[in-house]
Amino acid sequence: MGLKIIVLAKQVPDTRNVGKDAMKADGTVNRAALPAIFNPEDLNALEQALRLKEKYKGSTVTVLTMGPGRAADIIREGLFRGADDGYLLTDRAFAGSDTLATSYAISCAVRKIKSFDLILAGRQAIDGDTAQVGPQVAEKLNLPQITYAEEILKAEKGKILVKRRLERGVETVEGPLPCVVTVNGSAAPCRPRAAKLLMKYKHAKTMSEKQSQSEDYIDMSADRPYLNIAEWSVNDVETDDKWLGLAGSPTKVKKIENVVFQAKESKVLSGSDKDIEELMKELILNHTIG
Amino acid sequence: MNNVFVICEMDEGKVADVSLELLTKGRTLANTLKCKLEAVVLGHKISGIEKEIIPYGADVVHIGDDPKLSPYTTLPHSAVINGLFAETKPQIGLLGASTMGRDLGPRVSSALVSGLTADCTALEIGDHEDKKAGKNYKDLLYQIRPAFGGNIVATIINPDCRPQMATVREGVMKKEIYSPNHKGEVKTIDVSKYIKPEDLVVKVIERHMEKSRVNIKNSSIIVSGGYGMGSKENFNVLYDLAEAIGGEVGASRAAVDAGYADHDRQVGQTGITVRPKLYIACGISGQIQHTAGMEDSAMVIAINNDANAPINKIADYVITGDVMEIIPKMIKFYKKNSK
Ligand SMILES: Cc1cc2nc3c(=O)[nH]c(=O)nc-3n(C[C@H](O)[C@H](O)[C@H](O)COP(=O)(O)OP(=O)(O)OC[C@H]3O[C@@H](n4cnc5c(N)ncnc54)[C@H](O)[C@@H]3O)c2cc1C
Ligand SMILES: Nc1ncnc2c1ncn2[C@@H]1O[C@H](COP(=O)(O)O)[C@@H](O)[C@H]1O
Repeated sequence: MGLKIIVLAKQVPDTRNVGKDAMKADGTVNRAALPAIFNPEDLNALEQALRLKEKYKGSTVTVLTMGPGRAADIIREGLFRGADDGYLLTDRAFAGSDTLATSYAISCAVRKIKSFDLILAGRQAIDGDTAQVGPQVAEKLNLPQITYAEEILKAEKGKILVKRRLERGVETVEGPLPCVVTVNGSAAPCRPRAAKLLMKYKHAKTMSEKQSQSEDYIDMSADRPYLNIAEWSVNDVETDDKWLGLAGSPTKVKKIENVVFQAKESKVLSGSDKDIEELMKELILNHTIG
Repeated sequence: MNNVFVICEMDEGKVADVSLELLTKGRTLANTLKCKLEAVVLGHKISGIEKEIIPYGADVVHIGDDPKLSPYTTLPHSAVINGLFAETKPQIGLLGASTMGRDLGPRVSSALVSGLTADCTALEIGDHEDKKAGKNYKDLLYQIRPAFGGNIVATIINPDCRPQMATVREGVMKKEIYSPNHKGEVKTIDVSKYIKPEDLVVKVIERHMEKSRVNIKNSSIIVSGGYGMGSKENFNVLYDLAEAIGGEVGASRAAVDAGYADHDRQVGQTGITVRPKLYIACGISGQIQHTAGMEDSAMVIAINNDANAPINKIADYVITGDVMEIIPKMIKFYKKNSK
């Protein structure tokens, strides 16, 4: 008996490899220098899903992402690596969501998908580093949660066995299915794209993407339904507006300060207490460390 | 009512450091707000635990002592906290940004529909004017945290929802006894009132210590050591510095070849290419094969006893001197100034 697995994946700016051109001269974030990528720990989650799919015949892996239209890339990336299908949840009504409003919208989409045995998420997304959406989706769906998973050892007969990575050690826990599991970056890395799947799904598109294609675009999805990426707007999932977007977000950003990096001109310091203390103060003050 | 709450965490029979640090911060916040500081501790066989907590300034300690609360699992803990918070209506709720706090916090904030800000580096009290809505807010919790991989620092507020919740990592706040003679009241939580049988579905089967794998590529701060570190033992100061400032340890090939560090830490042409926010090169000469793997770092600090080491050319800060003298000083002055 197979498992129906939903993987929550987010498209994020690549904030890890910021390098020199991450900030513009005026001190604002240079988003153009930060490519949009599949959130790294969501790839770890996808890998756990794909391993379960191999282990339990008849299992399916569905990628669910919420974001702007171009987040359809996340679904395609999932398909290239072995997922079966995906949903893009996209609507202006979701703009400005904090983690709570995001979790609410995602939980509504999951309810609409309806039948599932397991929801996998990454531990956290690198744009915010909050690690909140997984547990909040679990709470909204009234499901148990298992966070910081490093390996899913078993998922059968209504039970799941998970190895968790904690600060100072590991823990093995058993929980019921369905549940929500968030996967750590220390879990196995995701397998690469498969050439065969890349060929198969290269032209998988959402309705909006198809509509924005030029006239000579040939739509082959009529006899290849797997090339349709489901796209849901707020009207497709049952939601209550008051929990959505900016209005549904209890947290507000009051102020943003940019961390300004220094120009490359070496400052030479001695190893004296005074010099080292000055340096550490400066690094703390400009938020390089701490 | 409307007090500042700290959810304390147990660590091998004692109150975790991060919780004591939060109590210290919570005391300051409560003084500013002229309200009480209350602590919550959940666990098993923890009677008398208030003695560890009250000196840090707690006016009330809520204790839930029950086998269902140890070892930690999400649902029994969140059931108790949700229930307690619904009754006591805190204005602020603080937790450690530990595996426990970051597991429990979002669950509670979702159930209470309150905002939660993860990994704050500073907490302050301040006012807010919402010009659009024409509303003024007094005494909100400013939750200050880096975002976007540390490229921006954001101040987050929760104007309308309570409690205002935040998590803070261990070591970020200062831990200080408020008064050894501080008086606090103990309140026993009737755990059975909150925990339902279905909250016990997740069971801890076993738990043990295990070293984790390294992943320097995902670290925004790298403290890297070269052959100039001199020995494997000397590399320990690099781990200390990395731990203090929240980074990982990297190494040059010469250091790896000499057995000072494992291969999975090697930076460079035949190692890993990194572009962190901060790269501290300690006793690394800066041969092209090494710099190829790190020259795009946003900031480079080079520590070398040779004022003409090639690495200095690409460094933002050049410290000329002995690594074993300088690195301990960096740790010392970081700790002194970071709180
Ligand atoms: C094909 C090829 C691939 C390579 N790939 C890599 C690679 O991927 N990564 C890599 O790192 N290297 C690589 N190398 C090796 C590279 O060329 C250098 O040999 C190596 O980087 C040197 O390491 P190092 O700077 O630690 O050692 P050294 O060059 O020996 O430098 C040690 C430095 O420490 C300083 N020092 C000594 N004592 C102290 C002290 N007490 N306090 C402060 N400073 C002190 C010295 O002044 C010196 O600058 C490769 C080489 C080849 C040929
Ligand atoms: N917009 C989104 N779409 C799909 N999944 C998401 C989204 N935001 C967060 N998640 C999932 O929740 C995890 C934690 O995100 P965060 O709380 O933002 O750190 C991510 O690793 C994803 O698995």
